[in-house]
Amino acid sequence: MSCLAIRVSQVKKVFRKRTGWWRGQSTEEWALKGVSFHLKQGEAYGLLGPNGSGKSTLIRVLSTLLVPDGGEVEVLGYKLPEQEAQVRERIGRVSVDAAFYKKLSARENLLYSAFLYGFDKAEAEKRAREILGRLGFPLRRFSDPLEEASRGMQQKVAIARALLLQPPLLLLDEPTTGLDPKSKREVQEFIEELRRESGTTILLTTHDMFEAERLCDRIGMLAHGSLVAEGSAEDLVRLAGGGTLEDAFIKLSGEKLTGEEEATAEGA
Amino acid sequence: MISRFKQTWAFVYRDYQLTRRYWSWVVVFTVYAVVSGASVALIGVASNDRKLTLTLTIGVLFWSVLSVLFNEIAMSIAFERWEGTLEYTFMAPVSRLIHLTGVSLYAAAYSTLRAIAVLGGLFLFLDLDFTGANLFGLLIVLVVSSLAFVGLGLIAAILPVMSPERGAEATNIFQSILLLVSGVYYPISVLPKWVQPFAALSPATYALNASRKLLGVETMTPDGKLIGQPLASVQSELVTLAALGLLLVPLGLWVFGMAERWAKRTGKLKRTG
Ligand SMILES: Nc1ncnc2c1ncn2[C@@H]1O[C@H](COP(=O)(O)OP(=O)(O)OP(=O)(O)O)[C@@H](O)[C@H]1O
Ligand SMILES: [Mg+2]
Repeated sequence: MSCLAIRVSQVKKVFRKRTGWWRGQSTEEWALKGVSFHLKQGEAYGLLGPNGSGKSTLIRVLSTLLVPDGGEVEVLGYKLPEQEAQVRERIGRVSVDAAFYKKLSARENLLYSAFLYGFDKAEAEKRAREILGRLGFPLRRFSDPLEEASRGMQQKVAIARALLLQPPLLLLDEPTTGLDPKSKREVQEFIEELRRESGTTILLTTHDMFEAERLCDRIGMLAHGSLVAEGSAEDLVRLAGGGTLEDAFIKLSGEKLTGEEEATAEGA
Repeated sequence: MISRFKQTWAFVYRDYQLTRRYWSWVVVFTVYAVVSGASVALIGVASNDRKLTLTLTIGVLFWSVLSVLFNEIAMSIAFERWEGTLEYTFMAPVSRLIHLTGVSLYAAAYSTLRAIAVLGGLFLFLDLDFTGANLFGLLIVLVVSSLAFVGLGLIAAILPVMSPERGAEATNIFQSILLLVSGVYYPISVLPKWVQPFAALSPATYALNASRKLLGVETMTPDGKLIGQPLASVQSELVTLAALGLLLVPLGLWVFGMAERWAKRTGKLKRTG
């Protein structure tokens, strides 16, 4: 199959909030204002952008959890939202909030997830232990309720939940936020290994510039729901007129803001 | 093709583990159900009325099964909202039919076991004797009415999909209205005229009607012997219950699908991040 792993074209998403008691009154929040980009199979793409720029929203659209209000989305050759069933079989997602049944153990949470994807118990448990072991999760706590685990440990279980499924496309929304430097590096090495050995396609959001530089072939910069720049880390640095990727981040994501502020100032 | 069987099992497995981890709550709720059930049934003992005692007891038992069944299904979604796992369950490659079947299967098993525990508990407080009752018939009515309650549970389960805060509250209101209109502890005829039509809409009404006939309280001999009616005598109730089930289950699945699509358009599935 020579199709793109992700093809997003002019995708828009608006969140409306009712403000009044009577219908008609509502505020609009455009989280995505016509974003277009694509990922080739096996590519690793980083989405950078300030808080609230729409990264998680875009990832939710790709994981079939949000229906966009405009534009076209294709994941692994399947159209969304029409072919969501096919897409769901082929994606794994990690989000910043490690959402689990907190009273259940890592083992129980992971087995539940594995069964949903049709895995065998023995196979799933073996793989779960393997992955968690590598990520530095203390295996003696494999069967303890997750509410007793630290935030970073929970995040490791969240990562294991996605990796366990061995999907061809991984959507990683700040997967390493809250991890210590060593665990962070373990996760990054794991991701690199997955790409090397399984050809997994990766879409990653992160606030860690080193992580983005290390893992991603290309980086897209989101600001206020629009893709303002795209290219390799070097491209972005060059575009921003030198410095580090962090300088580029601040410059590129900030420019749009001043532009918008001017626009509203003019309008007022 | 992912095994449907394994996916169904995923929900049974999950809910079983949750029951296990929350066992102290299970004990609390069961004790509460026994005590409140016994308090209701003892009203009959106090009035020295065996017929009333048995009518109340069967009400307690049926409501125990059906309300727990309804509640388990309706609250399983609310629970996922609180934990934040709903997004993960919804993005898994599992059809809503399989998802809700798994949840319903576990709920049916759990509510049955709990009702048996409640019945056992009631024996501590009451001198119950069911000799003469059509117990097999009672079981059939319970099974047939379960279907309708699964359907109601599915419909109520959409509330937590649509609203994280209000959903669980609305579910409880819905359940208490069912209890009120279905004549669980009293005949429908004592309800105000304007409430009575609602009774006809509740599957519990038919289930309780039928259960009283099968138990034989209406046809009790003067010396207090139960004469359980044959299954044929509750044919119309059974047909109505089956029809309600066949209507409510697909309706429940359909509105659940609608609610899910709506939530995905408006961003209501999200918790944080
Ligand atoms: N479900 C939702 N309902 C209402 N508004 C939402 C919803 N999800 C996102 N938003 C809004 O859309 C905008 C983009 O949010 P999003 O979570 O995509 O940002 P982000 O780039 O992931 O930010 P962060 O770096 O903080 O994770 C924000 O203004 C946010 O408030
Ligand atoms: Mg985010």
